[in-house]
Amino acid sequence: MSWKFDNSSPIYMQIMEQIKKMIARGELKPGERVPAVRDMALTAGVNPNTMQKALSELERAGILVSNRTAGRFVADLGENSGNLKSDAGYKLTVNYVNGMRELGFDDKELVDSVRNYVSK
Amino acid sequence: MSNLVEISQVKKGYGIRKQVFTDLNLNLESGKIIGLLGPNGSGKTTLIKMLAGLLKPDAGNIMIAGNKVGPETKAVVSYLPERTYFNESLKIKNLVNMFKDFYADFDEARAYHMMELLKLEPDMVFKKLSKGNKEKIQLIMVMSRKAKLYLLDEPIAGVDPAARDYILQTIITNYDSEATILLSTHLISDIENILDDVIFVKEGQIVCHQDADALRSQRGQSVDEIFREVFKC
Repeated sequence: MSWKFDNSSPIYMQIMEQIKKMIARGELKPGERVPAVRDMALTAGVNPNTMQKALSELERAGILVSNRTAGRFVADLGENSGNLKSDAGYKLTVNYVNGMRELGFDDKELVDSVRNYVSK
Repeated sequence: MSNLVEISQVKKGYGIRKQVFTDLNLNLESGKIIGLLGPNGSGKTTLIKMLAGLLKPDAGNIMIAGNKVGPETKAVVSYLPERTYFNESLKIKNLVNMFKDFYADFDEARAYHMMELLKLEPDMVFKKLSKGNKEKIQLIMVMSRKAKLYLLDEPIAGVDPAARDYILQTIITNYDSEATILLSTHLISDIENILDDVIFVKEGQIVCHQDADALRSQRGQSVDEIFREVFKC
């Protein structure tokens, strides 16, 4: 997976979002070990401190768990595992709807536009 | 976090006409990668040279790891100048030996390992290397020391984007979380991802010293865009 950042918002939050996406898509599975901070920083091309911050925030959110000796793992979210996916999806919806409204589309038009695109 | 560098009430000029700093106060924490950003002539190199002990402030105080700038601080500061100071007719292995003699904290094995990855041989003469490889060798030498403070003056100027990526990777790989890297540049968009903090210098004044991510979320802009706004002519 390649990392791309939009420099106009905090990098550590973008890293968090991308890791959540990887979990939602199943690229990172519950119980799977997360690579070391330095290795992840290197592949992402970011400062190790930034990567560390993103991973600790994910830990605080309960998405990753750390084991003092063995490293960091993807938490077993159980029933909540679907939430990551729906949260990410919700964010995309908000972006889309706001963008369309900014362009002057009304609600019916923007829903139609989605329907047309999907049925293509 | 503790301050690695404390600069207080520093004054520095060149002759009477050119005042660079009139009252510079700045603290740098340990364990950070800090971007020293400013246009040409804003005082970046002057500041770095004072930290390296090559220039003396006209007044004021500079402390690094609890010592006044001098032999004790030079032992813990690793400095990459803007221009090469190597004797270009030397071979790479001579340069390595020189660093080994000069600096107790120089890790020879680490330097050779990094050079090997670049397919640079110890018997190559420095003069005959490409500009990009010369820059890389100098950075490798500087980053192979186990210093507390690394001063990198324009480490990515004048090299191609691939070499730039290599240099940034070398910085990330070799950076140890106790040390601080102060890196000056005007090519901000290339490096802003690796910075913890940014310092904007404008005509000898520190106009901004902040966490890069905090700055981004405050302004909703990249460091590069903010820089362009602050320094618009």
